Amino acid sequence: MFHIVRDPLTLTIMIILPILLLLILGFAISTEIRNTPFVVFDQSRSAASSKFIAKMDGNAYFTLVNALSSESDLETAFHRGECKLALILPADFGDNVPYREAVDIQLVVDASDPNEGSTLVSYVQLIAAQYQKELIGRASAPDLIQIETKMLYNPQMKGMYQIVPGMIGLIMMLICAYMTSISIAKEKELGTMEILLVSPLRPALIILAKAVPYLFISLTDVALSLLVAYFILGIPIAGNIALIVLLSLVYTLSALALGLLISTVAETQQEAMVLSGIGLMLPSMLLSNLIFPVESMPIPLQAFSYIVPARWYIDGLRDIMIKGLGFKAIVLDFFILLSMCFLLFFVSIKKFKNRL
Amino acid sequence: MAMWILNDLLNMKSIISIHHVSKSYEGRTPVTALQDISLQINKGELFGLIGPDGAGKTSLFRILTTLLLADLGNASIDGMDVVKDFRKIRMYIGYMPGRFSLYQDLTVEENLKFFADVFNTTIAANYDMISPIYGQLAPFKNRRAGKLSGGMKQKLALCCALIHKPYILFLDEPTTGVDPVSRKEFWQMLRALKEQNITIMVSTPYMDEAALCDRIALIQAGKIMQVDAPAQVIANYPFRLYKAKASNNYRLLETVKEQDNILLSYISGDQVRLVFKENDRRIDFPGIELEEVEPTIEDCFIQLMKNESD
Repeated sequence: MFHIVRDPLTLTIMIILPILLLLILGFAISTEIRNTPFVVFDQSRSAASSKFIAKMDGNAYFTLVNALSSESDLETAFHRGECKLALILPADFGDNVPYREAVDIQLVVDASDPNEGSTLVSYVQLIAAQYQKELIGRASAPDLIQIETKMLYNPQMKGMYQIVPGMIGLIMMLICAYMTSISIAKEKELGTMEILLVSPLRPALIILAKAVPYLFISLTDVALSLLVAYFILGIPIAGNIALIVLLSLVYTLSALALGLLISTVAETQQEAMVLSGIGLMLPSMLLSNLIFPVESMPIPLQAFSYIVPARWYIDGLRDIMIKGLGFKAIVLDFFILLSMCFLLFFVSIKKFKNRL
Repeated sequence: MAMWILNDLLNMKSIISIHHVSKSYEGRTPVTALQDISLQINKGELFGLIGPDGAGKTSLFRILTTLLLADLGNASIDGMDVVKDFRKIRMYIGYMPGRFSLYQDLTVEENLKFFADVFNTTIAANYDMISPIYGQLAPFKNRRAGKLSGGMKQKLALCCALIHKPYILFLDEPTTGVDPVSRKEFWQMLRALKEQNITIMVSTPYMDEAALCDRIALIQAGKIMQVDAPAQVIANYPFRLYKAKASNNYRLLETVKEQDNILLSYISGDQVRLVFKENDRRIDFPGIELEEVEPTIEDCFIQLMKNESD
């Protein structure tokens, strides 16, 4: 069935779209802090305070946009959207800090995005700690307990690390389930299914023949996505490539089976589109740890997430790709996907109607 | 029931038997598609199912081609039950659905090859059967099926339905939406296939095509009104039929509908057809020519329909 090449537009879309999506989402939806504008209200105007401000401004995370002269300007700065963070240094900053006296600085943060807000705060704390360390220098060994946090696997906290495996999972679901369900619904709509049914072909054969081309395209897409992730987005692939391929194969098959299942229900292309759009894309996007952590969802949703194949795939893919773990780590993901795959194929072949 | 068994025994030639088949579709407005249909179609016959759109022709075809289950009754194809032996039946029948159902984005040749593959055969192995038809398509074999003319599409669909040498052919409205010349050619092809001992069951809404069949069944609103040879159907017409022509046929029709001596009146082509009660051939309309005519299948159909509704 090389029928699929007859529709070059669809074929191109199926190959180009995943890459485009990955690039757009990889670059645009990043939760990283970069060049966040901030304002400062320096009440001490001392050497120490300007050194601190310079330190804030002098890294990639923050950019000083304005120095305020009164506290009342603060509100207008936020209203105008000039800054996301305001740093207020007290008048005694210059007097106390050099002499190692405690000093309180005030941070005002735009927390309309709470995640971003708290990340900003922790970054400032980090900078303040560094500043303090430099200031104190080797002169004295501070008898303070320092808490040093190490960000495992993703030391720079790059959002892309999180997103790319998720995106690959989502894209595979899109191509496999969506396209297969539509392609079979299309045969029903155009009446070609009627002729295929009257032929001696077994339903299992019809179904598998429809799935094979999409399997190949999906695997091509996995390969392309990994290449884009590695070479363009600069995401290291820590684990074994063969394992990634194996996991992707099982996932792709289960997505195909889902698509086939949908097509046994849907009579028209539109129905197939809606069913796979709402029934598959949404759960894959929302319940797979891709955007929101499943752990913080209500119990029923958490339970539902267990039957979403994307959840297991994305979980396993992260383990291999980012953490570089071996097969042992993904054994659960792998076998759950495998059994889903068999179950779905079985059900969709059983459900496939021998008649109209 | 007993009568049908007797009939079967007497008529061993019968290859398609339909016994008391009924089918209705549920839905917001339930539709009764077929009501107690019983038919016998003989081996090697060109059998026509004649009736307007919505008469139940397609439902009957789908039941016979194992695509649909009847609510009541049973049917068999060459002794194979359409429900139990559906897999076997699918190997031996050819089916051409009413809607053009080939792959529009494949070329003529690719479609044919695909269906040959589906039936596990090759074009070459069955070329003798399709060659008279395929010969006409050959110049366009690299054209995509979707780009063919209506007549060509139907010829291709017929080729695809014949590719596995079926001995029973079901053609659901093969000439609907096809130009008159292609329709004529298509019927010639059917006659040629009949010569090869293929039983053909064909449906059509065109009454003029009925005369080209060996036997016809007139179907209306899910009921078979009459089954006979076309000439016999015409011979069975119980009335004397007249045609009338006037300067304004609609006015004439309105006038005669008011009269109490007219049994049937309807417009057919450029004339009004009339059946009088008794022998009172009075028409209160100036300047008309009245002439007795031979009824056509259409006239028979209208008369039977009137009968059913009375």
